[in-house]
Amino acid sequence: MAPRKTERILNLTICLLVTRNFLPKSRIREIVEGYHDLSDQAFERTFERDKEELRKLGIPLQVGSFDPLFDDEPGYRIERSAFELPPIELDAEEAAVVGVAARSWQHTAVADSTRSALAKLRAAGIEPDAAGLAALEPNVSANEPAFEPLWHAVLDRARVSFTYRGGATRTLEPWGLTSNKGRWYVIGHDTDRNATRMFKLSRILDTPKRVSKDGAYEVPADLDLRALARSLAPEEPRATAVIAIRPGRAPGLRRRGRPLSAERLDRLAYAWPVGFDVVEVGYADAAYLCEEVAGYAADAVVLEPTDLRTAVIDQLRAVAATRSAPRRYAAVGAVADADSVEEVVR
Amino acid sequence: MTGSKQPAASKQAAPKQGGQTAQAQVKRLLSLIPYLRQHDGVAITDVAEAFGVSPQRIREDLNVLWMCGLPGLSPGDLIDIDMDAVDGEGIIHLSNADYLTRPLRLTADEALALILALRTLRSVTATGDREAIDRALTKLEAVAGERPERVAGQAEVAVTGGREDITATVTEALRRGKRLELTYDVASRAETTHRFVDPLRVFVLEGYGYLDAWCYSANGLRSFRMDRIASIRITDTDVVEHDVRLRDVSRGWFDALKDAPLVTLALDRSAAWVAEYYPMESVTPADDGGLTVTTRVSDPAWLRSLLLRLGGGARVLSPEGAGDSAADAASEALDQYAALAG
Repeated sequence: MAPRKTERILNLTICLLVTRNFLPKSRIREIVEGYHDLSDQAFERTFERDKEELRKLGIPLQVGSFDPLFDDEPGYRIERSAFELPPIELDAEEAAVVGVAARSWQHTAVADSTRSALAKLRAAGIEPDAAGLAALEPNVSANEPAFEPLWHAVLDRARVSFTYRGGATRTLEPWGLTSNKGRWYVIGHDTDRNATRMFKLSRILDTPKRVSKDGAYEVPADLDLRALARSLAPEEPRATAVIAIRPGRAPGLRRRGRPLSAERLDRLAYAWPVGFDVVEVGYADAAYLCEEVAGYAADAVVLEPTDLRTAVIDQLRAVAATRSAPRRYAAVGAVADADSVEEVVR
Repeated sequence: MTGSKQPAASKQAAPKQGGQTAQAQVKRLLSLIPYLRQHDGVAITDVAEAFGVSPQRIREDLNVLWMCGLPGLSPGDLIDIDMDAVDGEGIIHLSNADYLTRPLRLTADEALALILALRTLRSVTATGDREAIDRALTKLEAVAGERPERVAGQAEVAVTGGREDITATVTEALRRGKRLELTYDVASRAETTHRFVDPLRVFVLEGYGYLDAWCYSANGLRSFRMDRIASIRITDTDVVEHDVRLRDVSRGWFDALKDAPLVTLALDRSAAWVAEYYPMESVTPADDGGLTVTTRVSDPAWLRSLLLRLGGGARVLSPEGAGDSAADAASEALDQYAALAG
């Protein structure tokens, strides 16, 4: 069974590729191996399915009239210029980076696509030799179950509907996918809300379903996913906090901070621990900064604004209250020899 | 890492034949024909490697190709393969397929997959390689699918890598085999450290660039996030051989962490995002609307920092006392606030 269908589709492809004129279905049935033994009905069904296979393979099928005098039956052919990979030449360096990159995808289906892309390039005479770049290992993963249906919907321009966290059903014309910090997002036109929206794939609760044909909408010609993702995601800093940081600690906070002028230092309402550096840090989301500062415990002290200081103190109280048994002595232990622990930075 | 339990299983609804779809096989055959025309006498094993499949699969492909050709399929119409050479020397001579000199064009799907992979690689490479990547990207974008001008813009990958000078120095050290001196911010312990390392590999995982190196301070293999390398210097010392095996990161942190101890946490609704943000061994809804989760923790300092950030929204259920260092750190910080308020 196995190779029959493959043989038939390959023979059909070759037949339609070498024909100069449009070939009517009846003629195809006569000359392509695998069709003659079928009943009329079975042939119709098989031929329709095979046409769909060609489409999925990316083989452009032209439909036209095979004879201008008898235009009652459509004919088919494959135009070579639309079928063949256009000329592409990569030098050794370019081929090498393509070779390394081709190993990146961890998502099974997309990894298959990369493999077949590389096979086509090899068939066009490109020989990727990635041996010189062995120390490079890029990985692109997409573990979200919604990824694959959305990836194809984006490429086919098909409208989708899905249930988003909170339980609402959303209908989207997906324009593109973007990944940041390893999480995937889909951006598009939300037809229910008539607005541009971004959704996090891990918060899509079911498998997105297609609710339109392919090519159902146009993607804006000037689509800039990066800019859109920025504009739909957390805002730029709107406020500033003043934070005292223990020397050598809280590097993330320190790097975003600017030292405070002597004049500002004089006017601060709260004292700070001796030897700490006082910096000014911009932020957009007070809750997020509160979490971050609380994470540094005694290594970072909020001096301004007072609401943030209060919020951090409240949060620390909540954590202090989770102790499993009464505290007997100051914190030591796990952290002290942390350098012996294999560090996985996440 | 949500859904990492079922990494994209259950797809490909199309009927499989001998472990592959007819579609996948036709796709490969259409590349195989022009490839074999250019590589007359190539070994089956080499073809298998080039196409990323088993030699057995290539033999199956040849058995199909042998039965195909121009309409009519009389002996002169068939693709000719020297089957004696295939069975004997394991090499392939293919002829009589002059109509297939070029592969099929790239589909949008294939082109976009390759383009995103190149952009990911670009984030951890230095000037020379990056220019080669940009040139390759331009060429690929020009031949991507039926509407090449659109495809490249349909997906983006942002990778947080190192600063320009850092990436350049790491690349140079790897190429020349030189030891590096790093100033590194250890996020989970919130401190800055200095160390000497022998670079082994640069990799990208879940949106960040990392340097794998032998660390002389820790006397072991360490992964350094490139964006947390504050400064870097290449030394004159040659790297030495280390008896280490780089861990397989291709399946994500979830696998890389599989030997670390388990910690079970009760998460309030406010902290439920943790379950989708970090790899979890198990996630169970709790009666109060929160979640009970079990995760692997390789570094106690990471757990301490996480608990502090979650501010009581998470409690350790087991092992008992694993959350105490966070509680103690919070008490210490509160004492400091109290003392300063005087």
